[in-house]
This record gives sequence, structure tokens and C-alpha cells, in this order.
Amino acid sequence: MAIGIKVLHRPERQVSYVRAALKGMVLTFKHMLQPKVTMQYPEEKSTADERGQYAVSPRWRGTHRMLADEQGRTKCVACGLCPQICPANCIKLVPGEDEAGNRYPLIYEIDEFRCVFCGYCQEVCPEEAIHVGVHYENSEYSRDRFVYDLERLSAQTHPVSSLWDPSDPRGE
Amino acid sequence: MTPEYKGFLLLSIVKMVVVFTVVMIGVALLTLMERKVSAWMQNRRGPNRVGWAGLLQPAADGVKNIIKEETFPASVNPVIFMLAPAMAFIPALLLSAVIPWAAPLPVNFDKHFPLLGQVSYHGTLSMAVTDLPVGFLFVLAISSLGVYGIALAGWASNNKYSLLGGLRSSAQMISYEVAMGMSLIPVLLITGNVSFERIVEAQQAGLWFVLPLFLSCFVFLVAGFAETNRLPFDLPEAESELIAGYHTEYSAMKFSMFPISEYANMATVSAMVVTLFFGGWSIPFWHPAPSFLATLLTGGFMFVKVMCFIFLFMWVRWTLPRFRYDQLMALGWKVMLPLAVLYVMLIVVALWAVEHWLGIANLKLRMGILFGLNLIAGYAVFFVLDRGFILSGSYRRTAGPPGRLTATSRTV
Repeated sequence: MAIGIKVLHRPERQVSYVRAALKGMVLTFKHMLQPKVTMQYPEEKSTADERGQYAVSPRWRGTHRMLADEQGRTKCVACGLCPQICPANCIKLVPGEDEAGNRYPLIYEIDEFRCVFCGYCQEVCPEEAIHVGVHYENSEYSRDRFVYDLERLSAQTHPVSSLWDPSDPRGE
Repeated sequence: MTPEYKGFLLLSIVKMVVVFTVVMIGVALLTLMERKVSAWMQNRRGPNRVGWAGLLQPAADGVKNIIKEETFPASVNPVIFMLAPAMAFIPALLLSAVIPWAAPLPVNFDKHFPLLGQVSYHGTLSMAVTDLPVGFLFVLAISSLGVYGIALAGWASNNKYSLLGGLRSSAQMISYEVAMGMSLIPVLLITGNVSFERIVEAQQAGLWFVLPLFLSCFVFLVAGFAETNRLPFDLPEAESELIAGYHTEYSAMKFSMFPISEYANMATVSAMVVTLFFGGWSIPFWHPAPSFLATLLTGGFMFVKVMCFIFLFMWVRWTLPRFRYDQLMALGWKVMLPLAVLYVMLIVVALWAVEHWLGIANLKLRMGILFGLNLIAGYAVFFVLDRGFILSGSYRRTAGPPGRLTATSRTV
């Protein structure tokens, strides 16, 4: 059996309430002496690279990140696939073209409030430019700070999501 | 006014202030302790952000409760709605006035104060705020008043759930009040007095009453749980059934008064269990002459004992699930009351037999004989009678031939 199932043996006859209560109290007292499982969150954090007790899965889909190539230019070629596939319609893309004929995004904005974090943008991207990230601390003081522009997306440094488990790509 | 009278008044006021302050601060810290104990029992850490190890958490909660908005529903009965939290709170504090917290302190002073004039006190000073000669009856009378706060809160809220909570509370209190009073009669029979000081002295001379009167102690403890409305008897609150019951409509500090009174009640019931059955402030095998050191040590020992019982209250709360209402009533009327009455009869007969038939005058020997009797009675109750008679426990419902359904399986 994959999952350990605890089978409770019910007593077959009427049992003593007092003694059952005492048994329960012994159990709770034992729990008092056991090590605590609480993670002291702001001081103690889970990270994706350390596979500790509380590690976040590498498949976690959090706020986005735009990757850059070796020359430090953003990888995005403004092909328009990600706004096309986005089910929440949260990506705003205005394409541009330079003198050499290379396409690049003039405006690339993601409204993280509308985003449903499905990860389709990362899956569809032919250049592996836009990614969903393994990241969960997103507090801001105002709502408009949640529209991430290209500069902000490129400035993110958190690890990117693997979307699927590499050892089990089909999810079997 | 004579200087002696002034001294008595002055010292009484000092005692009052000290007991009130200690109880109030203690109650605040008990809320923290409750959260800590519950957390430990669930492998958590509990509040640890405010102050060292969360020690300032009660202060933070208090400030929060005071500055919160106070909602005042339109349909409540305004006077009773305002009065109910105080009525729940006052009896809980009143009870702590008669409990002797430590050995009597020898006081000898004769001083001239500005404004007061000559003040003097000579002799031993009881460490109860008032050493009432009828202390015990006072406790029974005041503890029944506690129900008013809850019942009136439920009624004044003009809310179905609150009213149900208040009704449950009054029914529960009345049911267990009887068993509680009955369970204390053996204590009076042995002591022959209703003053708490005498009861503690009798235990110091003989045995702690928990040994010769074990079943009494058990019934009193169970009734105490019911009187304080704590799990497994928290039916008046019953979050899952009544949406916090009688205090659904309360907010801010008015709401906070109910938990405060609950904790104050818990502390006084613990102190009463300790005083009546666990020797009060007396330290076993130590009969000190009245001195400051003796008062300090016995006070500390009393504190330790009371804390043990408060821990027991919390421990039980975080272990046992709530009773069903019919189970609660069955336990109160069909088990606790007959048990207490039978026990009174048993103790009366035993005491008479020991005194007149065997002719034993030695207090310790007498209590020893009662202790032996209690071992037998305790065995009979917990190992013979308590097999599905007290409450129906959970058992396999498919067992046995079909058609032989028991009461429990039919209701499921």
C-alpha cells in the first residue's frame, strides 16, 4: 500500500468512558513532549534548491520572470504567443523591431492580479524567455505595483519553475 | 474607631488588592498558557512573537480588545446586554475571596499613619481575604450566581443561538450544582466544620481528603468542569453547534469579559479543589509555627498545586471532545448525582462504624480506613460499573447479529 492507512480497531463491546478518557490524555501528553513541527516563517524560509522539510516544489508556479541571453538582452522576440494563449488575458505585449530586423517587445506587462498562474506562457514560449517562478513573497503597498513591466520582470532573480517533474515528464 | 479595628480594615484592603491584582494578572497569563498548552499538544509552538516567548501576548490582546469597535445590535435588551458580562465576571472573583491562599501570617505592628491615625494589629492574620465561618456555604451560593451572567447574556442578545446557549448553560449548571453540593458533604462530615481554614487544618492533621474521599473529589472535579463551562462541558459555547452560543453578539471588551470570567472561574475552582481535597496550602509532614517564611513557602506550594489543576483543566480541554446534550444530562442526573448521594451514605455509615463500633479516635487511622474503603468503591465504580453505564462509547457497529441494535447504533 502506497499510503500508510491507519486502521482503527473499534472495541466490540461497551467500554469505560473514564479509562478511554485517560488513554486520550496520555496521548495528548505524549504529544507535548514531541518535537515541534512549526517553521518559524520569516526567520526560517523554505527554498527550492534546498530539499528540506518545508521545501517548495520546483514545479511551483509563482510570479513571472523574464530571462535574458548571454549578451544580457531580453530573450523575448515579441512573437505574441503568450498573450494569445493566456487564459486570463493578463499579458500586454506591443512588439517593436530594430534596424537589423530583430523583433523585441516595446511594452511587455503582466498583471499579476489577473494571472491564474497556469504556466501556459512558459510552456508556449519558443525562446524560453517568459517563465513562472518558484516564488511566493509578493507583498506590495498598492495594487498598481502588481502590474509587472518588462524591466521588473527581467530584474527578478528567483528560480524558475520546471512546470513538470523531469523524472516523470508525462505525469504518470 | 479603635486602632485594632483600623488595622483589621487596612490589612483586609491590602489583602483584597493583592488577591484582585494577582488573580487578574494570573487570568491574563492563563489565556497565554491555554494557547501554549494547546499548541504543545498539537506539536506547535504557540504564540511567541510578542515579548519574550509570547509573554506580552495577553497585553497585546487586551489592548486590541479595548480599542476594537464595540458593536451593539439593534434588537438587544440594552441594560441586560451591558450588565451580563459583569454578572458573569463578579461571582468568579468573589469566590477567590474566601480561599485561604497560605498559612496564617503573624502580624505585630503598632504604627501611626498620617490621616489614619494609630493603627495596630496583633496576632495571626488569615491569608484568605475574609476567613468566613460559613466559607463553604458562601462558595455554594456564589457559584450558582455565575449562571446568571451567561443565561442573561444569551437572553438579552435576542438571538436564537445565544438563547439556546444561555438555556443550555442554565440547565447544565443546575444539573451539576446538585452533584457538586452532594459531593462536598463527605468533606464536611469528616471535618465537622464549614470554614475553609478548619478544612485545611483537618487535612494537615490527617490525610489529604483526596485519599479518604477519592470519589467525592472525582465528582467535584467533574462538576467543576461543568460549572466553568469548559470542554468537555462547553455546550453553552459550542462553536460548531451554536456559533459561540451566548456570546455571539458580543464584541470587543464586553466579549473579552466572558473568557476572563471563564479563566477566573477555572482558577477559583482549581483553588477550591486544592483547598478541599489536596490539603490547601499545607505542605505534607511539615507543621510550621506561624512565621513569614512559612506563609511564603505554603503560598508557593498552594500556587504550584493550583497551577497543576489549571493545567489539568487545559489538558482535558485539548483532549476530550464535547458531550452530546443528552449525554451531558444523563451523566449529571443518572450518574453523578446517584454516585454522590450513595457516596454520602457510604461515608456516613463508615464514619459511624469507625467511631462507635470500632471506637477509633486517631484521625489518621480513621482516614486510613476510609482510604481502604475508597479503594474498593473506586474499583467498583471505574472497573465494574463504568462499562457503558456512564456513557456509551464508540464501538464497532457491525458486531453482533442484526436486529440486536443498541441505542447508539439506532441513532446513527
